[in-house]
Amino acid sequence: MSQERLYQEMAQSVIAGLPDRARALAGEALAAGIEPIDAIEEGFKPGMDTVGEAFACGEAFIPDLMMSGEALKAAIATLEPELMARRQQRQVSGKVVIGTVQGDIHEIGKTLVATMLAANGFEVHDLGVDVSPAAFLDAVRQFEPDVVGLSALLTTTLLNQEAVITTLKEAGLRDRVKVIVGGVPASPEWAQEIGANAYAENATDAVRVVKELTASK
Amino acid sequence: MRTALNAGRVLIADGATGTMLQGEGLPVGLPGEAWVLERPDVIVKLHRAYLDAGSDLILTTTFGGTRPRLARARLDDRVPEINRRAAELAREAVQGKAYAGREAGPFVGGDVGPTGEMMSPLGKLTYQAAVDLFAEQIGALAEGGVDCIWIETMSALEEARAAIEAARQVTDLPLFCTFSFDTHGRTGMGLSPSQAAAAVAELGVDATGANCGHAPEEVLDFLPAMSAAAHGLTLIAKPNAGIPRMVGRQAVYDAGPERMAALARQYVELGATIVGTCCGSSPAHIAAIAAEIKLR
Repeated sequence: MSQERLYQEMAQSVIAGLPDRARALAGEALAAGIEPIDAIEEGFKPGMDTVGEAFACGEAFIPDLMMSGEALKAAIATLEPELMARRQQRQVSGKVVIGTVQGDIHEIGKTLVATMLAANGFEVHDLGVDVSPAAFLDAVRQFEPDVVGLSALLTTTLLNQEAVITTLKEAGLRDRVKVIVGGVPASPEWAQEIGANAYAENATDAVRVVKELTASK
Repeated sequence: MRTALNAGRVLIADGATGTMLQGEGLPVGLPGEAWVLERPDVIVKLHRAYLDAGSDLILTTTFGGTRPRLARARLDDRVPEINRRAAELAREAVQGKAYAGREAGPFVGGDVGPTGEMMSPLGKLTYQAAVDLFAEQIGALAEGGVDCIWIETMSALEEARAAIEAARQVTDLPLFCTFSFDTHGRTGMGLSPSQAAAAVAELGVDATGANCGHAPEEVLDFLPAMSAAAHGLTLIAKPNAGIPRMVGRQAVYDAGPERMAALARQYVELGATIVGTCCGSSPAHIAAIAAEIKLR
């Protein structure tokens, strides 16, 4: 198979959400002498971009994004040892701490954002759900992220996004990070109102916004 | 209840619970189910507020009443008790003398919401485990005396199937199953209104429809699709009172009582015979809907 053809098959394995196929193709790539970093960036990752776009416009849904994420992870896991052996690395695009705010247990949206950011080379620390402002603060101190992502699905817990920002300000750490907010009741106006840096509408939008926020590093 | 359903009478359901309880002091982050135990007086008071506004069918305060949801509030050791008690409180509410003269009901629906866990293979919850979780809740609701089981806000078809199977294992009560079409006209898991309706019709539910979701206007498209896919089933419309927007620190849902009443009239024209409201609504919305529907 030509290299070009192999890249297309890799992308397709991610689009179709087939982890075993992705794993097998990753092995084939190595056997064919393709650089593991190229296999990721030219082959598998473009498939994830395609699914991300489809998700953003309602042609793909949560299960599609999740299975594609699994396929991409499987490919990267297969390629990782060779990446390490060759002292290559995916460029770490930035560090992100993400979580659903206190009182809120909705996790799917947040998890999708984490998946898409990781797929795009970000180092993501997912704190889970019902995360207190103090826990966000601890994570900022521990991981020194570039971006903090706050998810809230309820109008009533949305206020806790502001609580996190206030906590960061009081600790003198607000300026060390960019804060991005998301979730159904959030909006660009809301982000502005509470002094967040940005709002993202969905996982695909979040990647675009986080890339913009970290570009000026 | 079956008589009312078979006669095709239009029944007015109820509206939002969480935000209304928060208005009475329920702390953010504490589920309403906690107050089934701690503040039953407030639960009954809210039920009565909807009944007074015109609800013919009220839902038990058990949307988050499955074990995994209650575990988050460390109430998972009291799953059957909470569900049974919530049903008893709703029963107590409908037995008020003020409602005795009604033509139909008022009825109590056992509210069954999602477990909050993703079903395998995407997540860790197996089908059988899901069936067991729902059976535990539904059995207790039936014991508590509900008139029907209302599985709502479903997104994943597998989860809805598990809830329906569980219900059929433990009770013969009428069974409703509604879905939240909140993502480009489908559920978040990609299920379309017609797919959902066809699937649950085959499983023998008595009623299906749309609840929660995105904009209530979208339900005008969902109802015909569901009706076509599920011939003969009772149709339900219980959408949000619009789309939420933050105005300062307050959430405002942009469809007021008049708008929801006008939409309710259209839902009924499209064949819905159970109409209510979901997030962002209050007894005022139900009162407007009841007034509009009773004009027929």
